Amino acid sequence: MPARADSEPRAAGRGEDGRVPAPFGRRRGEVIANEPSGGYRIITALDPGGPLPAAGQFYMLATEGGWGGDGERPFLPRAFSVAEATGGAEGARLSFLVEDVGPGTARLATLSEGDGLLLTGPLGRPFSTPDELNPDAAGAILVGGGIGLAPLAIWRRTLASRGIPERSLLGFRDRQHSGGLELFRCSEIRLASEDGHAGHRGYVTDLLERMLAGDSARTAVVYACGPPAMLEAVRALCELRGVAAELAMESPMACGFGACFGCAMPLRSGGYMRLCVDGPVVRAADVETALVMGAGHR
Amino acid sequence: MSPAGAVDLCGIELAHPIINASGTFDAIAARRAFGDAVLERFPFSAYVSKTITPAARTGNPPPRLWEEGAGMVNSIGLPNKGLEGFLEADLPLLAELPVPLIVSVMATSAEQFAPLVEAVADRSEVAALELNVSCPNVHSGLIVGEEPDETAALMATLRPLTAKPLIVKLTPNVAEPATIAIAAEQGGADAVSLINTLKAAPLLVDGTPWLGAGSGGLSGPAVRTIALKQVADVAAAIEIPVVGMGGVERGSDAATLLAAGATAVAVGTASFRDPLAAERIRAELEALQPVAGGGSGKP
Repeated sequence: MPARADSEPRAAGRGEDGRVPAPFGRRRGEVIANEPSGGYRIITALDPGGPLPAAGQFYMLATEGGWGGDGERPFLPRAFSVAEATGGAEGARLSFLVEDVGPGTARLATLSEGDGLLLTGPLGRPFSTPDELNPDAAGAILVGGGIGLAPLAIWRRTLASRGIPERSLLGFRDRQHSGGLELFRCSEIRLASEDGHAGHRGYVTDLLERMLAGDSARTAVVYACGPPAMLEAVRALCELRGVAAELAMESPMACGFGACFGCAMPLRSGGYMRLCVDGPVVRAADVETALVMGAGHR
Repeated sequence: MSPAGAVDLCGIELAHPIINASGTFDAIAARRAFGDAVLERFPFSAYVSKTITPAARTGNPPPRLWEEGAGMVNSIGLPNKGLEGFLEADLPLLAELPVPLIVSVMATSAEQFAPLVEAVADRSEVAALELNVSCPNVHSGLIVGEEPDETAALMATLRPLTAKPLIVKLTPNVAEPATIAIAAEQGGADAVSLINTLKAAPLLVDGTPWLGAGSGGLSGPAVRTIALKQVADVAAAIEIPVVGMGGVERGSDAATLLAAGATAVAVGTASFRDPLAAERIRAELEALQPVAGGGSGKP
């Protein structure tokens, strides 16, 4: 049984905010699985010599062939939160949740076992622990929408391994835009779907609103990742109820390591942060809105 | 002699000809992401800072990026801490880099430029200054780097202020960049660097601009042959050294710019895709056999 990424992190090798530094430079991982999962795909690669990431961190991904070489998009690498990570003698096994929505994700979706996956990472700021966000925290509420459930999957495992109670609320648009639930196995999950094909018919934020009703808000901590409208609903609800929350956000980015300044995210205090090095996990209280222009490159 | 060997860039000794383009590699942020490996394996022979301005700037509203098939358009808007913030917070960290430091500066008039150049040049950590002249002069409304007279006037103010090398960053958005390069040389510039990005405006199908600032600049492999033409024209027109850049992705691209007359080559957009692209490019350059007339043939 390989050691889990979500076992307690090694004290050595962690930088500011608990982030795990990336090896310098882009390296070649090798795809070991590319499986359909509902309307998504779970792509797993072996990263020889790479470190285990902290939950919430991301990688810049590109395929070894057919990427940026033929004068056609995709040209820039794509940022993906890691959904699952396990370590062993042969290196880190990293899983990413991919939905085919554009030239980059379409190319990634075609990867086969043995193909090269070029990766830079782990990058960015990971999730904070519940007690760092709320000294009275009794546990964590994870709120995911669509492929945004990816970073919550690895965070759930990390929390479980530390004995921290967690409940997961996952929402999907419809059957075609859902998947990745196997990443949450052995977890307490409540589902919502806009078309009613699974769980509550409606938004995942309806479930969150119910959960935060009463006095449970005092001991709650919310972690959310999903489309901007969902994140904004979570942010506004948590602000209204005074609940500490972290949001794992997305933005177009060319580099992922602070070089391009493309992933500017407006700060409540004025100016911008770079989502790649100051996020992608941000304190909900630090942003004015989660409704930001421009999703990631597709 | 290896094309990847040491070069002298207006008195700055470079261990090899590959440096970075301003604003395409934030060495401080890179250390947050990659740790001290950035210092141990620094891929550039000199480090050119992101442009600093007299006062702090937050930059342009997002979206700031657009992907193209062979490049990208950016409208970042020069976010920076301003002169004071740079000197206090950034310069001590940049001074830890194992290579000479070139600081890029920009202002909107000669009076604003002068104290900025003096304050930066006064610091012993700084080997040279790059003058970003792709900005309007608030008095004339003209882009300094698009007008030979504006460029000459700016150099007349700045040249007496320091003995350190002044490198003028040329814009490609003119018909004849050599005319600007000649004005810079006559004004006492020690080198020129080119090309900056090409003006570009990604629009949605209904004509709406995608970028928050409306338009931006194109970089990447798409601009490579434009850079080659402009570097060759400029190098033929002046005696001072040329730093060539534009879409360098491979050692052969660097070799071609050197063959066109560049003394050093800067890597920009390629570093976004791989933070160690410059190391690979240098190794590929080293492996190339010098050929008659330079370059490596058609890439």
